Amino acid sequence: MSAEALSVRALTKVFRVADAKGRRAEFTAVNDVSFALEPAGSLGIVGESGSGKTTVARMLVGLEPATSGTMTVLGQDRSQPARKAADRRERARQMQVVFQDPYTSLDPSQTIGSAVEEVLRAHSALTGPARTARLTDLMDQVGLDTRQTAARPRELSGGQRQRAAIARALAADPKVLILDEAVSALDVSIQAQVLNLLSDIRAATGIAYVLISHDLAVVRQLCDTVLVMRKGEIVERGDCANVLDHPEQEYTRVLRASVPVAGWKPLTSARQAEPS
Amino acid sequence: MTATLPAGPETVPTGPARGRAGTRAGALGRRARALYSFLGPSGTIAAAVLAAMLILAVGAGLFAPYDPNQASLLDAYQGPSMAHLLGTDAIGRDVLSRLIYGSRTSLLGPALVIACSTAVGVPLALIGAWYGGLVDAGAARILDLVYALPGLLLAVITAAMFGPGLTPAVVALSIAYVPFLSRVVRAAARQQRVSPYVDALTVQGFGPWRIGARHILRNIAPMVLGQSAVAFGYALLDLAGLSYLGLAVQAPTADWGVMVSDQDSMLRGHLLPVLVPGLLVVVCVMALTVLGARIAGERPERHPLWNRRGKRAGAE
Repeated sequence: MSAEALSVRALTKVFRVADAKGRRAEFTAVNDVSFALEPAGSLGIVGESGSGKTTVARMLVGLEPATSGTMTVLGQDRSQPARKAADRRERARQMQVVFQDPYTSLDPSQTIGSAVEEVLRAHSALTGPARTARLTDLMDQVGLDTRQTAARPRELSGGQRQRAAIARALAADPKVLILDEAVSALDVSIQAQVLNLLSDIRAATGIAYVLISHDLAVVRQLCDTVLVMRKGEIVERGDCANVLDHPEQEYTRVLRASVPVAGWKPLTSARQAEPS
Repeated sequence: MTATLPAGPETVPTGPARGRAGTRAGALGRRARALYSFLGPSGTIAAAVLAAMLILAVGAGLFAPYDPNQASLLDAYQGPSMAHLLGTDAIGRDVLSRLIYGSRTSLLGPALVIACSTAVGVPLALIGAWYGGLVDAGAARILDLVYALPGLLLAVITAAMFGPGLTPAVVALSIAYVPFLSRVVRAAARQQRVSPYVDALTVQGFGPWRIGARHILRNIAPMVLGQSAVAFGYALLDLAGLSYLGLAVQAPTADWGVMVSDQDSMLRGHLLPVLVPGLLVVVCVMALTVLGARIAGERPERHPLWNRRGKRAGAE
């Protein structure tokens, strides 16, 4: 048994696509990616659009089969798709995901409460009042009141919906939570609230995070270690503050210099990427 | 097969407590108002017309003044009178009574057609939309083949093979209406399939059947219902046409299509026994089309069928 919460070795994803002339071609979205995450750790994966970060997340949670490589969560291999319903449920209890778009990641015709309860019903042995109590706890944890719990997604704001999505993910009591651009669709003040919420939850439950983001500030706030991906490969990795403050790779520097701050000018060459 | 974990006794009300505020009558009024605002004036009229038809069909014995098959040659070809509100036909049967009893076969036939074709077409559409690829393409080609055969032609062939009657006609039309339902439902289900909430449910460990039946179907239900209503209208028209041709419901039985085919009355310039059932068919088809379009056009989460609260929670 490995002590790691999550371990990925030589993960590769090749998509079959059609090239400009309509012939069959191959596109390597993720190439030989390896990383590990200790329990209660927090790993950021950054990179530009199309760098393969989301594909890594989708493979981890089983939405996309890996072309090659191994993935191990809590010491259990999940390189192959789950065949049996019981396996699916067990994997669901190990690792959960929060998606980018809170407007579409909740069933529009289901109330927040029943969405979370459906998960509790499937994954916990709780029944009756105990389950209702757990539901109330979860909603408290993410800061949604009873009225919002009884509401449908349409009736809530983006931030509230993302809290609901987090509550639903936590309802399975996972040990690893993947946050796939989970705060990117929110405005800055709500983003800060949700990030604080995530920090608090991690402190309280000892859950491990994989935060996928193009926003370096978000990664800095939530993560201990960081991977920088480009064109499907890891170009830099290490301690979060270290990598982001003293990037060794040109690409990381460019990524860093692309964050607009006061007095920022759009980058035209890497020379201008000096920290101000 | 939906739950692999032991689910406990479900005696305790789960989920957030839904306050049943107000009196029963007040709640009923609110439901009625919600329904009206959902259906709009035209939809409400259509629904009322259909409800009236349904009540007449179910309670035919109560509403019809005479036995629909009671012939009385002495009373043949009477105009409207207090005794016979819509007059009598060639052998003196009361037209109103035959219309009322006729609504039973005229509505039951298409109801069976739609029930069968929905039961086949919707699962087919869901399976195609879920798995995509070859499964989807295969199902689509088969449906295209069926779609290429006009329903009426299929029914005529069936009647030629198995003899005329309501059952062969219903079976033929059921097959013919599968693509009509399945295609539209597939497109809507496909849209749901690729939406992130389905991914989220998959990651939660829920299987395709559960997600399909409990989530996707629920979200496309108004569309299925709307399409079914429109199809019901068409099936009603088709069956009336087949009965008119003598291929579905057979002559002595009271049926709108059979009544329209009463040529003797027409030739004698006696139009009421023929025009009124024809008019009823037209009214029914129109009402179903209006209602169907209205139901299908609405967003599922606004649907009064499952949005029982009808009020909003405050947003930040």
